[in-house]
Amino acid sequence: MSGDVIIRATDVVKHFPVQSSGLRRSRDVVHAVDGVSLEVKQGETLGIVGETGCGKSTLARCVARLYDLTAGRVEFEGHDISRLRTRRLGKVRREMQMIFQDPYGSLNPKRRVGSIIGDPFAIHGMASGQERKRRVQEMMELVGLNPEHYNRFPAEFSGGQRQRIGVARALALKPKVVICDEPVSALDVSIQAQVLNLLSDLQKQLNLTYIFISHDLSVVRHVSDRVMLMYLGKVVESGPSGQIYARPRHPYAGALLSAVPLPDPKMMRQRQRVILAGDIPSPIHPPAACRFHPRCPKAQARCAEEEPALVARLGDPADHTAACHFPLAEGENLAEARPTLAEELRVVEPEAVPDGAELGYDGLAERSNP
Amino acid sequence: MALLEVKNLKVTFPTDDGLVQAVRGVSFSVDRGKTLGIVGESGSGKSVSTQTIMGLTRGAQVEGEAFFQGEDLLKMARRQLQAIRGRDVGMIFQDPLSSLHPYYRVGWQIVELIRAHDRAISKKAARQRAVELLRLVGIPRPDVRVNDYPHQFSGGMRQRAMIAMAMALNPALLIADEPTTALDVTVQAQVLRVIGRLQEEFGTAVIMITHDLGVIAETADDVVVMYAGAVMEAADRDSIFYDHHHPYTEGLMRSLPAYGDDRQRLTPIGGTPPSLITLPSGCKFHPRCPYVMDRCRAEEPELEPVEQRYWHTSACWLPHSGPGRQEASERVYGEAATR
Repeated sequence: MSGDVIIRATDVVKHFPVQSSGLRRSRDVVHAVDGVSLEVKQGETLGIVGETGCGKSTLARCVARLYDLTAGRVEFEGHDISRLRTRRLGKVRREMQMIFQDPYGSLNPKRRVGSIIGDPFAIHGMASGQERKRRVQEMMELVGLNPEHYNRFPAEFSGGQRQRIGVARALALKPKVVICDEPVSALDVSIQAQVLNLLSDLQKQLNLTYIFISHDLSVVRHVSDRVMLMYLGKVVESGPSGQIYARPRHPYAGALLSAVPLPDPKMMRQRQRVILAGDIPSPIHPPAACRFHPRCPKAQARCAEEEPALVARLGDPADHTAACHFPLAEGENLAEARPTLAEELRVVEPEAVPDGAELGYDGLAERSNP
Repeated sequence: MALLEVKNLKVTFPTDDGLVQAVRGVSFSVDRGKTLGIVGESGSGKSVSTQTIMGLTRGAQVEGEAFFQGEDLLKMARRQLQAIRGRDVGMIFQDPLSSLHPYYRVGWQIVELIRAHDRAISKKAARQRAVELLRLVGIPRPDVRVNDYPHQFSGGMRQRAMIAMAMALNPALLIADEPTTALDVTVQAQVLRVIGRLQEEFGTAVIMITHDLGVIAETADDVVVMYAGAVMEAADRDSIFYDHHHPYTEGLMRSLPAYGDDRQRLTPIGGTPPSLITLPSGCKFHPRCPYVMDRCRAEEPELEPVEQRYWHTSACWLPHSGPGRQEASERVYGEAATR
């Protein structure tokens, strides 16, 4: 069903200045997104997945032009929108809408639901009076809300219903692209499934294009045609979702997938888990070359010197790319170097290891913060 | 004898809107060295149950019994319970930042905990113990980091510091209330590994409270499934996942985007959880249950053994033995209940 490329982003960079404290002016910047390119085709779902601070939300907001880009280019339907200003941008925004994570924080508690969903019409000066009410009630029906609840307040709705309000508001202007930023993360499991089904029904019905951001790998797998995995502002692996989940190439992808707790005890018993040492480094001073190298079980000297390109491996489909010098082979087991219990609990004394040399996989040992 | 045995616990909160029936007759037990998983959605009463046992619910009306090492926690004097909290029962909560005091150094907080329970331990010895604990949970350079403030720790490190604190006095029981919900996948794996390894080493019993069935699958020996303040089903882990009886348990499993499945339609549980002030009649799950029968609306079922197995109980009017349960599932979902 997917057709032409509707969004194309090229080498998007977004840096945020670090707030200066007191008299000292800081020149540091947070490297939130550092040279990311993507393409989304009409009617498909691109999943962007990664852990806290990997830049997935920032990237989406750059694409929607909620942020100005530091560098790079974003095209929507072939037109460069990366330098557009307010008025012309308004037209693009009508075509590209967002759904946010928090169904409590993203709805004004003092306003009635009808007027919240009617906001997009008000902002873009479309449909007023009875016509607006009719269209809002149409939207409410579309997302499975009772149109008679037009005059209720958000507090009178449950979490799942509030997320439906958010969906109705996003779809009010019949956009082509919807950016869903963690749309089900705040919901209970049983409600999460209702909202995921709704999003997928609406996509088919309205031929929508989704950019779906989540930290939940099984949710992303469920909704996406293609998946992009980010780490510290860069794409580490990208490709058709079946490919990535079945045959991850990047060691980070492999480790992340092995760490997801599955609701299936038998599978859990068979699986070898890789536990990555340490935390994600600071995005103010990201590691040189491959940004994953300080935590990578496979890292070698080259990884700290030369940044790997995002390319396809021999035997993989051309659109399955990974940025790694030493990608995982078919069926390679990262967990083979698994330490014993004793080794794992007795953390390596950092004094014994020269700084920056804790490259090996050592269970719970943690790289000290700079 | 079980380490902790909770019998028919009831907790209600009087509010201006009416009586909130948070927990309505819950029983469970935990053995030494084992992990009990309590799973449920928001408002199921899973956290309130354990908090009440530890005397942490103010203004609640409590009924029932909770025997810990042979003594009823619910009948204990406040001071006695205070001595048990922290020493015999360690607790970890979801948000480690709000459980650590931002104004005091991490090490100081651990020392304080140790000395609050035993003044005979010198400050120096307690501090050594704090360093040792931080090392045990994988904090790098613990002798230096012991002087850090909580904000200098990352989220995962804070949660591990909380675990260090909860384990400081070698408790017999650790209550972990959504310990990894606020954490990323890779950090979650680290934290669960630490809890598991400490448990192996010291024989601690763990109550793992979570909404995440993946965490349950990984950690629990036995599982209690809660809904609207009551236990719907209780069994060993594999029975809960592969041989569940209660329609709510089945609904939870079916609504998960199963990993390895491609873009199939999910089967959510319809409707929303009930208000705990105006609970439905009969079985509290009946308004959302695809199997609902007349009897479910009138009478609330009690936990009964499934297939005569005393360790697997389910509170549901569907047949507890024979092929009746499977047939019902095929009728409703067009396929068998279990995978």
